[in-house]
Amino acid sequence: MTPDLMEQGAQRLSEHSARAARGKTESGGRAASYGRVAEAGVDLTHGRILYLEDVNVSFDGFKAINGLNLDIAPGELRCIIGPNGAGKTTMMDIITGKTRPDSGTVYFGSTIDLLRHNEPQIAQLGIGRKFQKPTVFEQLTVFENLELALKTDKRVKPSMFFTLDSAQKDRLAQVLRTIHLADHVNRLAGLLSHGQKQWLEIGMLLMQDPKLLLLDEPVAGMTDEETARTAELFLSLKGQHSLMVVEHDMHFIRAIAGEQGTVTVLADGSVLAEGTIDQVQADERVIEVYLGR
Amino acid sequence: MTPNTPSPLTLPARAPLLSRGGWAAFLVALILVCAVAPVLNMAVPEGSAFHLSDYMVGLIGKIMCYAICALAMDLIWGYTGILSLGHGLFFALGGYMMGMYLMRQIGRDGSYKSDLPDFMVFLDWKELPWHWALSGSFVATLVLIVAVPALLAFVFGWFAFRSRIKGVYFSIITQALTVAAMLLFFRNETGFGGNNGFTDFKRILGIPIATQEMRMTLFVLTGATLLGFFLLARWLVGSKYGRVLQAIRDAESRVMFSGYNPLPYKLSIWIISAVMCGVAGALYVPQVGIINPGEMSPANSIEIAIWAAVGGRATLVGPIIGAFLVNGAKSWLTVAAPEYWLFFLGGLFIVVTLFLPNGVVGLVRQLRRGKPVTAPAAAAAERSLESEAGEDVPPSVGAQATTLPGQGARA
Repeated sequence: MTPDLMEQGAQRLSEHSARAARGKTESGGRAASYGRVAEAGVDLTHGRILYLEDVNVSFDGFKAINGLNLDIAPGELRCIIGPNGAGKTTMMDIITGKTRPDSGTVYFGSTIDLLRHNEPQIAQLGIGRKFQKPTVFEQLTVFENLELALKTDKRVKPSMFFTLDSAQKDRLAQVLRTIHLADHVNRLAGLLSHGQKQWLEIGMLLMQDPKLLLLDEPVAGMTDEETARTAELFLSLKGQHSLMVVEHDMHFIRAIAGEQGTVTVLADGSVLAEGTIDQVQADERVIEVYLGR
Repeated sequence: MTPNTPSPLTLPARAPLLSRGGWAAFLVALILVCAVAPVLNMAVPEGSAFHLSDYMVGLIGKIMCYAICALAMDLIWGYTGILSLGHGLFFALGGYMMGMYLMRQIGRDGSYKSDLPDFMVFLDWKELPWHWALSGSFVATLVLIVAVPALLAFVFGWFAFRSRIKGVYFSIITQALTVAAMLLFFRNETGFGGNNGFTDFKRILGIPIATQEMRMTLFVLTGATLLGFFLLARWLVGSKYGRVLQAIRDAESRVMFSGYNPLPYKLSIWIISAVMCGVAGALYVPQVGIINPGEMSPANSIEIAIWAAVGGRATLVGPIIGAFLVNGAKSWLTVAAPEYWLFFLGGLFIVVTLFLPNGVVGLVRQLRRGKPVTAPAAAAAERSLESEAGEDVPPSVGAQATTLPGQGARA
């Protein structure tokens, strides 16, 4: 090896480390290149936590989802609006593994193909879902509902011998206060009011500690005060969690999306428009199919 | 999180296995079965008013076996919401395993003075069929009593639960399963004594079976097993596992979206329930002295469900009480007015489902509290009735979670 070659080699090495030191670019930079080791869990190096491309579903010839493309950034709060039958709930069914699309790609992070997993696996990967109609375990107490949702080993034998440790108890108490049900710990969930059930279900999602929350009409049937508190809660979750909120209440949408947040309008199973709430509300097509004149 | 003043919040501690009163009652039951009954039967002279007749020992022993079945039914139906109409099959299988051992214990004392059981001599068989290979050993028999119902439950349950068969469809399939098994066992070629089954038992572990001492031993053993299974069931139901089972009953989709796979939960409780019934059957056969395919008839399995319903589903104590009430009434009515028994049973089922959704235990609780049935309890009863009527979607999830063609899509 001649001194020349050694010199060149040293130069290349220093150039390489200089490039590496410049850090991540917007697109993920070198960290997102092919020759890297993917980390366990959700891979966010490409800047997307959820990625749907060209998804199609039809039920008996009715195209519920028609070439849908959608992606959500980590920590984003995305609002979805659209008329009845636009495919909002079906989209959530696809993401959570309840419905299999006829074709298309659904990725959680850059590496997890959601179409290869079933409902419980997807829930354990870190996607929580709140149903349109509040779905809690009515014969169990508020405490037991939250305990069941807690992120832990969910196989049979660990469940038989499960006891809450102090960190989990703290977490449970924290969530109970967050959802304003601390005074109803021992109440049967079936005896709660509609709004309280909605909150309990949201609390169960928080216990799961999901990376992505799918919320289907979370404020339906809530009083104005409860709605305001829900908006406050969602805004506090934004950043640490990614949220996808389906709602019809435009005031609520404005409250959580703010001036800058992205609102996606679905119609006939695909994206009709996307932009800030003002852009969307000014869009002729959106007014035509959804908002009305 | 919203800022809140962190006030001290007391979370409920894990409930004890039994309350103080519960343990007291449990102890009383244990003493009654293991000490009082033997003394009343064997030490108190026959003329005395306190004497417990051999007939009563046999009857109560039999009913305690039934109570084990009712308890097993409560775990799978009351807590998990899966109505089995084939539990009589597991009971009969346990009974047949014990019966095979008892047949071998007859030895050469049968009518044909052969090493083979009488019915095999009658069929002109020269040697034991393969499935009788282990029947000579008591230990192997004990293993089979557990293993055979467990294996059948595993295979059947795995396919049924994996295919997400629920509600009334599951009930019908279990019913079909027990009918199929009954027809199979009726055939002489199957090697289980055809429609006569097994009877004429002489010994168990070399000890004569038809003595007062042996009857009492079996009685005490059955009582202890019932109480043991009760504690096991209490423990299961009180754990997080038990609450997952109830959650599956109330809203299975929520359970899945909470990260639980319902399949192993349903399968495990289904197997536990089947094994309990098998053990009950094995205790039953030496006490009544006969086992035949009639035990697999659909009516027997349906009766188990009735005991659980009468006593009160999802209460554990209720089904045991239900088994005693219904079978007590049965042994009295079949003597007093035999032709009306089935009408009574059918009427009872209607009355209980219409007016006592939570059974006798529910009624007692309601009277003690002095107020009507709590809303969720009644709603749950209504719901489970609906699901029996073929609704296989938890109504609390409603149309939202149902991806019926066209309908779910238009949310």
